[in-house]
Amino acid sequence: MPISSPIPKLTRRAALLGAAAVLMFSAVLPAHNARAEDTVKLGLVAALSGQSAKSGEAITRGIMLAIDKINADGGVLGKPLELVSRDDEGNPGKGLVAARELAQREGVAAIIGGLDTPVSFAIVPFVNQQKIPFIGPWAAGTGITKNGADENYVFRVSAVDEYVDEAITEYLIANYGAKKPGMILINNPWGESNEKGLLKALDKRGMEHAGIEKFESNDVDVVPQLTRLKENGADSLFVVANVAPTAQVIKSLDRMGWDVPISSHWGPAGGRFTELAGKSGEKVHFIQTYLFTDAADPMFVKLQEKFPEIKTLADVTPATGIANAYDATLLTAAAIEKAGSTDGAAIRQAMYEISGIKGMIKTYDMPFTPDDQDALGPEDYTFAHFVEGQIIPIK
Amino acid sequence: MTLLIAALITGIGLGSMYGLVALGFQITYSVSSKVNFAQGSMVMLGAVLGFVFCEQYGFPVILGYPLAILCCGIAGILVEFFLVRPFAIRNSEAWLMATVAGGILLDNVVLFTFGNEPRTLPSNLVGESWNVFGTGVYPQQILIPIAAIGVALALHALFRHTRQGRALLAVVQNLQAAKLMGINTTVMVTGSFAISSMLAGCAGLLIAPLFSVHSDMGTLFGLKAFAVAILGGMTSAYAVMLAGFIYGLVEAGVTTYLGSSYTFIVVFALVIAVLTIKPSGLFGRAAIKKV
Repeated sequence: MPISSPIPKLTRRAALLGAAAVLMFSAVLPAHNARAEDTVKLGLVAALSGQSAKSGEAITRGIMLAIDKINADGGVLGKPLELVSRDDEGNPGKGLVAARELAQREGVAAIIGGLDTPVSFAIVPFVNQQKIPFIGPWAAGTGITKNGADENYVFRVSAVDEYVDEAITEYLIANYGAKKPGMILINNPWGESNEKGLLKALDKRGMEHAGIEKFESNDVDVVPQLTRLKENGADSLFVVANVAPTAQVIKSLDRMGWDVPISSHWGPAGGRFTELAGKSGEKVHFIQTYLFTDAADPMFVKLQEKFPEIKTLADVTPATGIANAYDATLLTAAAIEKAGSTDGAAIRQAMYEISGIKGMIKTYDMPFTPDDQDALGPEDYTFAHFVEGQIIPIK
Repeated sequence: MTLLIAALITGIGLGSMYGLVALGFQITYSVSSKVNFAQGSMVMLGAVLGFVFCEQYGFPVILGYPLAILCCGIAGILVEFFLVRPFAIRNSEAWLMATVAGGILLDNVVLFTFGNEPRTLPSNLVGESWNVFGTGVYPQQILIPIAAIGVALALHALFRHTRQGRALLAVVQNLQAAKLMGINTTVMVTGSFAISSMLAGCAGLLIAPLFSVHSDMGTLFGLKAFAVAILGGMTSAYAVMLAGFIYGLVEAGVTTYLGSSYTFIVVFALVIAVLTIKPSGLFGRAAIKKV
């Protein structure tokens, strides 16, 4: 005698009906959301917690300041611009999930973000596939914008590793007569991106290097790697890492008693670098795209008004994150306005046509072309270092 | 020569740290056959509380550090009470996942309360470095192995020469017999979790001045310490400490001579290889199961 199951049998018809219902529901839901919007949404995916949180905070401040300006001028497409933020915690997987959620559930017109290069690399294929403009205000990995996609939706208002590597190489040679620099790089795609850039810059000048050493962001002690570079005759160092790992390099150098010129990517700018690295942190010279040098700077005053917790110039570290994000938001808003819609393909096309946008770093006239989707170049970089917890330009 | 000295100093410092945290795993495992997988988070908690008490509230180190260690002990008691006991009494192995989840929970609570930026716990012992055969050494690095060995010896003395310690050893040897002898085994198990977390907190305070204090600083330490505890065989405190030194030295050696890209690959491959050849660890004895 057959035993009847208490669970109803799944028939082919029921399965097909179920699948159709799911498809219909998922197709209708975003459209319904989009119709209901009375704002134009701009997404942000960045590390708002973790080791790069201060940079994430700077980016948020820059975007919010720009949104205030845009909305005061009438918004975009006749609607106010609204920011929807997601924290990626510096984790590529979380970054991709956040980008997907912003695009598919929130219906954002464009996404600003990718503070860490590995996070950006994780998001790039998704935005190109989904045709959503993705504008980087921080991550400098060369391959982020030069990603080989036929239709490239990735733009950047930030430094580019390849150009930075060229700049920091020239800096060491011009200022310290470096002949055999050593590299101490974080062991992630950002470090790899700079390894290629630095090797290219040294090759171009026919220079040798004292070695390429990698380290992990949680390494307590970098003395073994630095000792290898020293033993190989390094006369100067390139450092590429974020705040806390760079501080570990400086602490290890202090321990070794090795006083060596250091030229760095902008990683140290993203937090309490001199608190972590000690006084020796001031010896690290790094690139920036923007610096506040005067408390009377109108943008600094606006920042203080918007964020009362900002008391001194030291409280807007890193300024570069604020400026890049501010300019990226203005450019994106201008492109949406020019496109006349929130359609990704139309915004991308408009990105190549915008002009006369006055940002914090410079005035942008046709900043992007299909061959170069980076708005900033080496001419926009400046060298700086920490003094008493504040980032000061090096004259 | 300088390379070798640098590797030795780094290896001994880190190894003793791993040993100290691993000792916590060994103690709870011996007493209750359970481990606290939130041990890495306890390392972080010790460092964070040390920072909060001494830097934010201005307590002197002599008061702030013991207070931080005491708080870690209380956290250990809470872990046993809420994350281990409810499952242990039902013969469930879910305490394993519960302690992992507890660690993640603690990391995130600290992230939201302490903040998201790495901070520095200053120490006079990381100011000037001493030159030892051409390589620099901070006094703090000398302090770590001394403190780790000191704590291990103090623990040994506690077990051998105090009533409570002997009661704990009795529980380790035979739980049922200890119960019949009138020993409160529940208190002993809870106590082992408290001691375990205090050891981790102590390790956190020792390493913090050389590192930075942040909410996810303990994760990797916890993982490595667990590998050390397994490598040491989980049965003897001496073996676990020794395994800590071996692990630290191998790790520093690989980083020095091959580069840190290979550290995880080589070290964990070696751990797997050792456990394949000696499943009960380098110094452990195979458990006898009576049927």
